[in-house]
Amino acid sequence: MASPRDTTINLAHGSGGRAMHELIERLILPAFDNPRLAALEDQATLPLAALAAHGDRLAFTTDSYVVAPLFFPGGDIGKLAVCGTVNDLAMSGARPVALSCALVIEEGFPVADLKRVLESMAATARAVGVEVVTGDTKVVERGAADKLFINTAGIGVLPAGIEIGAARARPGDVVLASGTLGDHAAAILIARNELALHSDIASDCQPLDGLVRAMLAACPGIRCLRDATRGGVATVLNEFAAASQVGIRLHERALPVKAEVRGACEILGLDVLYMANEGKLVAIVPREAADAVLAAMRAHPAGADAAVIGEVLDQPRGSVLLDTLFGGQRVVDMLVGEQLPRIC
Amino acid sequence: MKYADEFRDPDLAKSLVAEITRLADRLAAGRSRPLQVMEVCGGHTHTIFRYGLKDLLPPAIEFVHGPGCPVCVLPMGRVDDCVAIAEHPQVIMTSFGDAMRVPGSRKSLLEAKADGADVRTVYSPLDALKLAQAHPDREVVFFALGFETTMPSTAMTVLQAEALGVRNFSLFCNHITIVPTVKAILDSPDLQIDGFLGPGHVSMVIGTRPYEFVSRQYHRPLVVAGFEPLDILQSLWMVLKQMDEGRCEVENQYKRIAPERGNGPALDAITRVFELREFFEWRGLGSIDHSGIRMRAAYAAFDAERRFSVPNLKIADPKSCQCGEVLKGVIKPPQCKVFGTLCTPATPLGALMVSSEGACAAHHQYARIAMPPRAAAAATMN
Repeated sequence: MASPRDTTINLAHGSGGRAMHELIERLILPAFDNPRLAALEDQATLPLAALAAHGDRLAFTTDSYVVAPLFFPGGDIGKLAVCGTVNDLAMSGARPVALSCALVIEEGFPVADLKRVLESMAATARAVGVEVVTGDTKVVERGAADKLFINTAGIGVLPAGIEIGAARARPGDVVLASGTLGDHAAAILIARNELALHSDIASDCQPLDGLVRAMLAACPGIRCLRDATRGGVATVLNEFAAASQVGIRLHERALPVKAEVRGACEILGLDVLYMANEGKLVAIVPREAADAVLAAMRAHPAGADAAVIGEVLDQPRGSVLLDTLFGGQRVVDMLVGEQLPRIC
Repeated sequence: MKYADEFRDPDLAKSLVAEITRLADRLAAGRSRPLQVMEVCGGHTHTIFRYGLKDLLPPAIEFVHGPGCPVCVLPMGRVDDCVAIAEHPQVIMTSFGDAMRVPGSRKSLLEAKADGADVRTVYSPLDALKLAQAHPDREVVFFALGFETTMPSTAMTVLQAEALGVRNFSLFCNHITIVPTVKAILDSPDLQIDGFLGPGHVSMVIGTRPYEFVSRQYHRPLVVAGFEPLDILQSLWMVLKQMDEGRCEVENQYKRIAPERGNGPALDAITRVFELREFFEWRGLGSIDHSGIRMRAAYAAFDAERRFSVPNLKIADPKSCQCGEVLKGVIKPPQCKVFGTLCTPATPLGALMVSSEGACAAHHQYARIAMPPRAAAAATMN
């Protein structure tokens, strides 16, 4: 570390001076360990020819990560910051190539925790085969940020002929989910320890690029693909229904949900359809390809619990319906605000 | 899932619905309007919409969604008072999650929080008491809301605060009691309701006897009902059966939870800490005598209304709102002049659009479009 007495981050680590350089050289470069970052230029350069060999378009995305607690069962903010951006790239069908990493650190943050987060980011990036090639570090005064915020941006290469988009769903198509819903939100709620609930629920935080490649191999004509993060499956499907001007019908009995997550939802009066996932996607595929895509998903570790959860209808345009477990039906609308636990 | 799935069995539902339809057909013969059954409690309203029960029932039966959503019936003036307390710099205001968005005339608690007030969501009043112990230099106030269901937990928390000698904890008490309000609805001249589903969780505390006036004086059947979809269907069937047999009684479908005499220790705690207010304002319904609850003088030290000065202004409901008529079953949510246009869950004007348990919000969220017939498209579902 910068020096033996630096067990916490202080304002000097973001000042641009010697302390910051030591932080970068002793903590950040070794974690990400690649020559593009090690060059310490103000930017990373990516040779075009190597990219063009894999496709005809670039995909580009960014996301900021703020989560409390920073470490939770199944992941941490570092793993989240890599998976989230990798998944946003993957949902276009792109192969992720390079990431940036910008850290906003609150003064007083333990260096050991920062090291743990960076190592988690690096391990996740290595598993995906993507490099963190450029970055930035800022330290803000105590109270100006909550411990650690991370922004990652990512670039991926999109193979020719892949056209995935929210407006491409057609009546008759089939809706698939890649696994159990609500695990991440339930794990975070319980990890916050405000509920005095104990459970083994772990976040589903995982990269989905491999799963998407397997799905595209089974059906290059996948219509819509999105990871069901904030707002959950309900929000994603409302976006698809609105953009495609179709109706979508879900079947409650087909929704994959872990018993522990259902239990937490029952206690708190939350609806799993709106709960965040960090390693699950929703896909709309042509009916004739549904069986092949489902089989490809189930054969991949990230899609072992994949299921058909509904279908696309001509009507009611722009709306999502649910056939309830009970034989009734209702509208599944967008959430107005954050889902809040009910009184009684 | 154990103790939940048993009460959501679609096959049992089918046989109940068949029985209900048979009874409803018989009762509807010779009537010019549908049978109206009021579910008093917002929890019932939520179940009815969430499971699409309306869709399963014959058109001869209409649910009228009652006033039993404590968040919805809270008047704007009380929210303003709560915000005013929250804005004291030394105060940490604590609240259940779904009270955070209730609009006041100036702002909601959520907006007050964004403007710098220290407002925190808790899951129990005991969490607020713990917060008071952890922050002895601050004043922790709990925004106490709800019917008899939540009263025992706030009363017990006050008793515990007293026992522990915690001096920086108080309640902003907005508890209300359902019985006078059911009576006010029954006294209304335009009343059309034929029977009631009674709030099961209130009866868990007060028992079933306080409702006996409904059958004795007003000659309407009332069945205390649980909150799972089969509970609602069975209770509805019990109401219709009473009508069919010419009976008029208070019956208890929720025996597994609600004892006839209620819960003694819970009632004791309520009586020790709380007393009735002369009158209390309900959003959409106006002032109802003896329907509000305040803290007894002996617990003045824990009463935020006595510890902080509040504006205590009465703010009139927006004129365009027809919440009162919806609550009495005179009109249905979509028949209100502002439903879905000026009044939506994102911009609620009226009480019933505020919480997901409010009749209008539930209608807007779950049932505002006409349901298409179900196609035989579930072929791939296996």
